[in-house]
Amino acid sequence: MLPDRRVGSPDDAVGAAVELGFPVVVKLGGDAIAHKTERGLVRLNLGDEVAVRDAAEDLVRSARPEDGEVHVLVAPMVRGARELIAGLHTDAQFGRCVMVGFGGILAEAVADVAFRLVPLDRIDADEMIEELGTQALLGPFRGEPAVDRDALAATLLGLSALAVADPDVVSVDVNPLIVVDGRPVAVDALVEVGGGSR
Amino acid sequence: MTAPDKMRALFDPRGVVVAGASSHPGKFGFVALHNILSQGYDGGVFATNRDGGTILGIETVASIDDLPADAPIDLAFVCTPAAVNPELLAACARRGIAAAFVTSAGYGEAGEEGRRAERELIELAERLDVLVAGPNGQGVISTPSKLCAQIVAPAPPRGRIGVASQSGNFVSSFQNYAVQTGIGISRGVSAGNAAMVGVPDYLEYFADDPETAVGLAYVEGIRDGRAFFDRIRAITPRQPYVVLKGGATAGGQRAAASHTGALASDDAVFDGMCHQAGLTRAATVEEAFEAAATFATQPLPRGPNVAVVTTAGGWGVVTADAITRSPDLTLAPMPDDLRAEIDSRLPPRWSRNNPIDLAGGETRDTIPDILGLVARHPGVDAIVYLGLGIQSNQARMMKDGPFYPGDGLERIVAYHERQDERFARAAAEISDATGKPILTATELAVAAPDNPGPRTVRETGRLCYSSSNRAVTALGHLRRYARWRERRGI
Repeated sequence: MLPDRRVGSPDDAVGAAVELGFPVVVKLGGDAIAHKTERGLVRLNLGDEVAVRDAAEDLVRSARPEDGEVHVLVAPMVRGARELIAGLHTDAQFGRCVMVGFGGILAEAVADVAFRLVPLDRIDADEMIEELGTQALLGPFRGEPAVDRDALAATLLGLSALAVADPDVVSVDVNPLIVVDGRPVAVDALVEVGGGSR
Repeated sequence: MTAPDKMRALFDPRGVVVAGASSHPGKFGFVALHNILSQGYDGGVFATNRDGGTILGIETVASIDDLPADAPIDLAFVCTPAAVNPELLAACARRGIAAAFVTSAGYGEAGEEGRRAERELIELAERLDVLVAGPNGQGVISTPSKLCAQIVAPAPPRGRIGVASQSGNFVSSFQNYAVQTGIGISRGVSAGNAAMVGVPDYLEYFADDPETAVGLAYVEGIRDGRAFFDRIRAITPRQPYVVLKGGATAGGQRAAASHTGALASDDAVFDGMCHQAGLTRAATVEEAFEAAATFATQPLPRGPNVAVVTTAGGWGVVTADAITRSPDLTLAPMPDDLRAEIDSRLPPRWSRNNPIDLAGGETRDTIPDILGLVARHPGVDAIVYLGLGIQSNQARMMKDGPFYPGDGLERIVAYHERQDERFARAAAEISDATGKPILTATELAVAAPDNPGPRTVRETGRLCYSSSNRAVTALGHLRRYARWRERRGI
């Protein structure tokens, strides 16, 4: 995960942005908010204090009563030409399984994914990555180095370990997992525990 | 009695009784008795019929209790109505019959009342320590015992594939492919409603069955997926298993709160489970049979590098395409020393690359020579051999034409037929000697199965693939399983 700051006000958001360094991403967060992008609650590539303050004020105004308690998240803006997705899913027949795939907003349309049942070992994680159809995306790509498969496998093993450690975790969505200089970086994650999210 | 002992009673019984044998040739109770008798079953055959009388030369008795006391009988093949089966099962237990294959319908497939009857039957069977296969199943075959206790044809040839299916029709399909290709079956069982023993139980039995080299299963619903996975993963290190799954594309995605959930189709999760468990998953019924037939008859490839040996160009190109598209196989780069060796044996018009296209430059011994050279090269892990039987096909046209045997035709026909037989035998012998798979593919396998080429491939105990892409698909499955084992140090 990236270093980020959870703050309560537009002023504090500006302070956090200065501390993290521009450009930044500002999001509205809260336990009841699941899909931020779909609701326009993610503002990307904010380059100065004015932009951060405007975005934070606007986001706080967008909060709905059913969102409950909300906060503003400030994180460094990361860039990468490639986006992956990783996650944990509870299958009705096979129980909890870890997924990796082609990510970002096209993830569901492309549906290039691989699953393994929890717990995974390192060989399983490597084989999932090899199984993806879009192997060209995992090699050197548009001036960026090849995806660090060790780091990606570690992410998948981490999801498996989380599932083993906490039987209440129903699902995890790490989307997108942006590939920055070859390293997969989680910029957002949705964790569903028991019936709710956190 | 242990579970394997009961399975042995089902697959290799010392004697069989058909319960509910019928004198009407259209009824299951007649067909089952007919099939057991007509296929030369080794043990004693008995039959019960409420009214007595003789059926197909077997003097029936009114009930199990009336069977001769000293006759060893391990299996009851049950064709009676569901309502009388509890009493029948009790009689079996009294007599020491360890297993019953129940064909009767009216159980779990027949509504609430049927489900209750099934539950009661199984509770009784557990109490009596009798194995119940089915109910509502098509039957069981076991070629080592020449047992064909099923209510449909065919009787497959003996071989090393163990079949277990949630659908009886697929047992028949696989058996028909066995008849067609000559690649035989060891055991075959339709699980029916699988009330007491299901597909995983049969597959576990196959794992330690010396008659079975590969398991082949058809599944639709899996009651407890996690348990299925754990049981399969425990046996795949010992034996390859091929599965065909029905309902693979059915919806089943729940309205998911997450992207991961939306992407988790039943099919994608099942696929991942198969890869993780080392279970070979086939997309179609013929692919499933051919994968199993290849596991049963070829060594596992020790690496991904495949060479194509062909007597004609186009076939080689298409086969190279199929190998290149396979995620599990690689078109072997042509080793320089092998190229030089072949140069010394062929006129310069050969392809000088992989595919190794002999381009009509072959003489009497070229094909066995080249197959041997290629197979022995450490840079090659497997061979697909194309072009077998062409000359024999021409020979057949000559033989059937108006000029035969004059004009030198008799001699050339005999030569071509002898050569194709020789080439087919060479492919099998070189494969045995090198421990590398050599797959022979030609459409003549189905277009002219009596052609001496494909016929001899069958005689060597191997599958003659009806197209090169089907050979490549099967080989890919073998390589994937071999790599699964290698990576895990098995």
